[in-house]
Amino acid sequence: MKSKVECQECGAEISVPEDAVVGEIITCPDCGGEYEITSKIDNNLELKPAERVGEDWGQ
Amino acid sequence: MVEVSILCDKVRFEEKSLYEKAQNKGIKSEIVDAKTISVGTYSKKKDFHLGDVILQRCVSYYRGLYVTACLEFLGFKVINRFDVGQICGNKLITSIKLEQNKIPTPKTQFAFSAESGLESIKKTGFPQVLKPIVGSWGRGIYPLRDLETASMIIEMREEDDSPLSRIYYIQEMVDRPTRDIRCIVIGDQAITAIYRHSSESEWRTNVARGGIVELAHITKEMEDLALKAAKAVGGGILGVDMMEDKNRGLVVHEVNNTVEFRGAASVSKVDIPGEIINYGIKVARR
Repeated sequence: MKSKVECQECGAEISVPEDAVVGEIITCPDCGGEYEITSKIDNNLELKPAERVGEDWGQ
Repeated sequence: MVEVSILCDKVRFEEKSLYEKAQNKGIKSEIVDAKTISVGTYSKKKDFHLGDVILQRCVSYYRGLYVTACLEFLGFKVINRFDVGQICGNKLITSIKLEQNKIPTPKTQFAFSAESGLESIKKTGFPQVLKPIVGSWGRGIYPLRDLETASMIIEMREEDDSPLSRIYYIQEMVDRPTRDIRCIVIGDQAITAIYRHSSESEWRTNVARGGIVELAHITKEMEDLALKAAKAVGGGILGVDMMEDKNRGLVVHEVNNTVEFRGAASVSKVDIPGEIINYGIKVARR
């Protein structure tokens, strides 16, 4: 079952896929805000704003 | 039983598929957030609950590089090794390594001031390409088609805060089709290859820039070159990027240290994450 979390930026509802894991980035469909999943116990999720793309990001 | 740690700072398709593949193979594995690790000169390996082998997959180059240095210092086996990451993450050092190992590579000039950079560009003529020596996903790569544009871009680089911006890496613009090749090498095998076609209104072929992926047949020339290039940088799990020069044949322009394979996995029949896990286990058992 998908979990629902509230976007900390715009308040929209973000659906988190069931197989999402800690460390994964989820995006708000309304404002594009990006969040990292920091904890997942059953369907209870904790999020924090994701790091901004750094100059040294990429392969 | 071998345990594999997938060390990353962001869980993307690649890290998830590695984790899932390890689980499916019955290999004990875990995803470890590099951002939660801190190491001291006094730290001991036993203080860290990490696997027998660590697949370093950080999206941040410097974070991945230096966490690797620390984990190797503690005695962990990390793929890829620090020395490999240091070479691959820097285009200037990679070019030197490729040339030293007689691997065909685009003609490149290095200059250390705006004046000498511009002088080198003028001497060689146009078109050329200016690249940052550290950077990915095609960011900061500019085609230089005339002197006016070159002067403006160099001026822009001079205004940048990063000292690396004052190191000028100027490469010939290879006469190639609107695609390049990414060949994934694991250990001593070139396991799969793809063409990356540049998207409409974009000359760079990076998948991160919307590049379109197509499966490529691994030719003997491609395989030889990919294996040689991987060896030249120290080996491991690598993405060797090549261009098809209309006059010289294949030239290697880059070797990627934390190879992204989402694009390749979408077209290749090879089980890329499975091959990576197998290689990790092999290294752990050495």
